Amino acid sequence: MRLLRLVAVAWWLQLKMRSRSAFDGLLSLLWPGFFATTIFMMFRQGDASGPALLSAAVGSSAMGIWSAVSTTAAFALQMERRQGTLELLVLAPQPFALLLVPLTLSMATIGAYSMVATLLWGRIAFGIDISIADPAAFVLAVIVTVFAIGMLGMLIAISSIRYRTAWALGSAIEMPVWLICGFLVAINDLPAWVRPLSAVLAPTWGVAAMRAAATGHSPWANLGWCLLTAASYGVIAVLVSRWMVHSARANATLALS
Amino acid sequence: MVRVAEPVIEVEELARTFHTRRGLFRRPGKEIEAVKGVSFAVERGELFGLLGPNGAGKTTTIKMLITLLLPTGGRARVLGHDVVKDARDVRGKVGYVFGGDRGLYERLSGLDNLRYFAELYGVPPRESKQRVGELLELVGLVGREKERVEGYSRGMRQRLHIARGLLHRPQVLFLDEPSIGIDPVGARELRVTVKNLVESGTTVLLTTHYMFEADELCDRIAVIAQGRIVAQGTPDDLKQQVTTGTVVEIEVFGLPDGVLEKVRAEPDVQSVAVDVQGQAQLLTVHAQPGADVTQAVMAHLEGSRFGRVITRQPTLEDAYIELVNAA
Ligand SMILES: Nc1ncnc2c1ncn2[C@@H]1O[C@H](COP(=O)(O)OP(=O)(O)O)[C@@H](O)[C@H]1O
Ligand SMILES: [Mg+2]
Repeated sequence: MRLLRLVAVAWWLQLKMRSRSAFDGLLSLLWPGFFATTIFMMFRQGDASGPALLSAAVGSSAMGIWSAVSTTAAFALQMERRQGTLELLVLAPQPFALLLVPLTLSMATIGAYSMVATLLWGRIAFGIDISIADPAAFVLAVIVTVFAIGMLGMLIAISSIRYRTAWALGSAIEMPVWLICGFLVAINDLPAWVRPLSAVLAPTWGVAAMRAAATGHSPWANLGWCLLTAASYGVIAVLVSRWMVHSARANATLALS
Repeated sequence: MVRVAEPVIEVEELARTFHTRRGLFRRPGKEIEAVKGVSFAVERGELFGLLGPNGAGKTTTIKMLITLLLPTGGRARVLGHDVVKDARDVRGKVGYVFGGDRGLYERLSGLDNLRYFAELYGVPPRESKQRVGELLELVGLVGREKERVEGYSRGMRQRLHIARGLLHRPQVLFLDEPSIGIDPVGARELRVTVKNLVESGTTVLLTTHYMFEADELCDRIAVIAQGRIVAQGTPDDLKQQVTTGTVVEIEVFGLPDGVLEKVRAEPDVQSVAVDVQGQAQLLTVHAQPGADVTQAVMAHLEGSRFGRVITRQPTLEDAYIELVNAA
């Protein structure tokens, strides 16, 4: 209970903080708009229609969420370091990984705005029919996907506790994840050796669940896998962050000086 | 069961060396021995001062005690917990406040900053609201708490910092140069706040490079210079430990060449310092204990134009400067 409350309060305050920068706010709306436009136009040129376009809309909105998280998650701790608050986070008598959950979750939540924007944009500018077969399951799948992407972001963020330059990692894996998680292309079209990688990335299952709910298939198995992989990130993060914090104390990388 | 009062902070031969690495391939760079084996103990309820110039190793020492840095030598215990082995126990019981204007979330209000840290530091939800209110009262931010920290003055930020450090009712508070960059009035209010805290039973370890701050506040002081403790005791002890006799301060307009050396060579002169003050130079001469060197010094200055000449007893500041210079 205590932990849930911690995550909830911290998530809300982080969200407040993040949504207060007008410039960032604008960018987080514009970016997904560009992605979506590009993708819709490409699909159109390929004479895609109906379900294929809806699938593209779902995929490109997941891209928006992931982009909002991946690039900022790794940078977030660098920001905390600059502000002098990273040390204060480490001093909190909580597992460090837990403190990162609300952080990246708030980013994913902002990313979720972009999802709504993408779907609306698809509807208005491209006339994509966004009739969702099972709206309740779809909304649940979105929430679970946001959570899963937040957890993956946390895993990225952790490495920058110890390594001051690890923020570059976020940008480096932004696009590979689009591909590997099947946001736009079918995973079955990827080379066989990539598939295990897709399977351990929680967003893969989240997007699959969203698509299933949209088209009237059962999303539950995908949702289950999504939650399971996301939860396992939590366990990994707790272990890794313990080591990272220890190493940061040994190497004096918690502060800027 | 008889409980022997254990010191709240026990530090034995604590040391920390930094390795600076440069470049992509991590060529080993310089080694900096920031803290070279310091030992001291702080009793419950005490206000203990670590006094030293910039770069002396004060922050490094504090960060080892609050578990942000691992020592490279020696041991330290805070409230009986080892700072390496029982880091989590230490974290829950100590508060940390540092000077300057970092360490806050600029885009949040003061109130939200406190709410956030109250959650992080595990303040029970039922108490949280009341505790935040109490602390805003204590540091005098009531009425301004809903404004964003961006718009706070240095002094307000510092007070918010202190409130943050006290949220979880720490038994020991570490204050690292809390008065840096705030105006004299703010600094005085801060000292009053710190005194009140100590009166209410909190043990405080404070670092400062302001002598008078240490003199006014601290029960005991350790003077640290270049990573070593060079003296330790109550402010009065330190004044007495000083081996300097009377101090002569002479304001001279145009100090002739070579005079400094001649004064320094006087048998009863312990040390000489010159400080340029506008048009004049202020010559500060420390005599050996029991000696009076005023006449001898004046004799060397024959023909120069003087301002005021003062002969006085050594202050804690003289003691401090002497200790730091000798290190
Ligand atoms: N992370 C670090 N890496 C390398 N050198 C450091 C680091 N932190 C402090 N130092 C060096 O250690 C010495 C002591 O610093 P510090 O403890 O901050 O002094 P103080 O707080 O007394 O001003 C200084 O020479 C400083 O440059
Ligand atoms: Mg310092």
